[in-house]
Amino acid sequence: MELFVFLVAGAMVLGGGVGVVVRSHPVHAALSLILTLFGVAVLFVAQEAHFLAAVQVIVYAGAIVVLFLFVIMLLGVDNTENLRIEPLKIQRPVAAVIGAGLVALLGMAIIASRDAKPPVVIPSEAVRDAALDPHNSNIKALARDVFGQHVLAFELTSVLLVIAVVATVMLARKPKPGEIGPLVGEGGAS
Amino acid sequence: MIVAFDLPVPTTTWYLLLSAVLFAIGTVGVMVRRNPLVLFMCIELMLNAVNLTFVALAKKLGDIGGQSTVFFVMVVAAAEVVVGLGIVVAILRRKPNATTDDMAELKG
Repeated sequence: MELFVFLVAGAMVLGGGVGVVVRSHPVHAALSLILTLFGVAVLFVAQEAHFLAAVQVIVYAGAIVVLFLFVIMLLGVDNTENLRIEPLKIQRPVAAVIGAGLVALLGMAIIASRDAKPPVVIPSEAVRDAALDPHNSNIKALARDVFGQHVLAFELTSVLLVIAVVATVMLARKPKPGEIGPLVGEGGAS
Repeated sequence: MIVAFDLPVPTTTWYLLLSAVLFAIGTVGVMVRRNPLVLFMCIELMLNAVNLTFVALAKKLGDIGGQSTVFFVMVVAAAEVVVGLGIVVAILRRKPNATTDDMAELKG
């Protein structure tokens, strides 16, 4: 059963990934991306990361891909890119070689370290207690870790999000006449 | 007659290999594609491959810290997409059908 789940989800992940790269239409690429993200969410469940699987579906498939599709539709750039045109003749062979080399390198490292003894990680007491709870053990342990050990990093992510929002507003708004736009040349200074 | 044979159970190694392949697909996509939006999608593929690695190793080591890291990676990925798409929108508004080569004008 576990094997079946892995094979189906793995096929979803790889099929979607290849789809993103080879589909010439941006909307098709975005839909392939959704396939990959759902496959990864299934694998998260198989690896007992239930909360992250839910977040994966809501944030990635729900928000980020919708944002992609929104931009594609908004800008009307949903025209097909002609994949036959190669500006640089050598680009694709080199990319294929680098990709194959990357798989070979990572694969060899993974296979070589397969039987390595993992370091013994002693979880903090709060995390260990939370993990013992038969219900909601994953989400409780994760909450203890994020809000206990990494509370400063958590606060910093909120700062990061505020910065991102402000930056996006700056980038997206139309500059007033005479004002220099976010991109030089868009506003008055051209 | 029922032939009984043991199906292999996917181990952590399988997950790591799968995420390595997914990461390579994303890398090739970044190198090959010229549409900036598809480029961002390929970066998402690479981020997801790394997330999968973190979760697989979190289970193997029995350490919830890997899952916390994935949580933070997701936040950073969301922020990155928002800012990146803002830049892409600003460029495409001026120059429809811009490709990644036109990103050189970010130099000003």
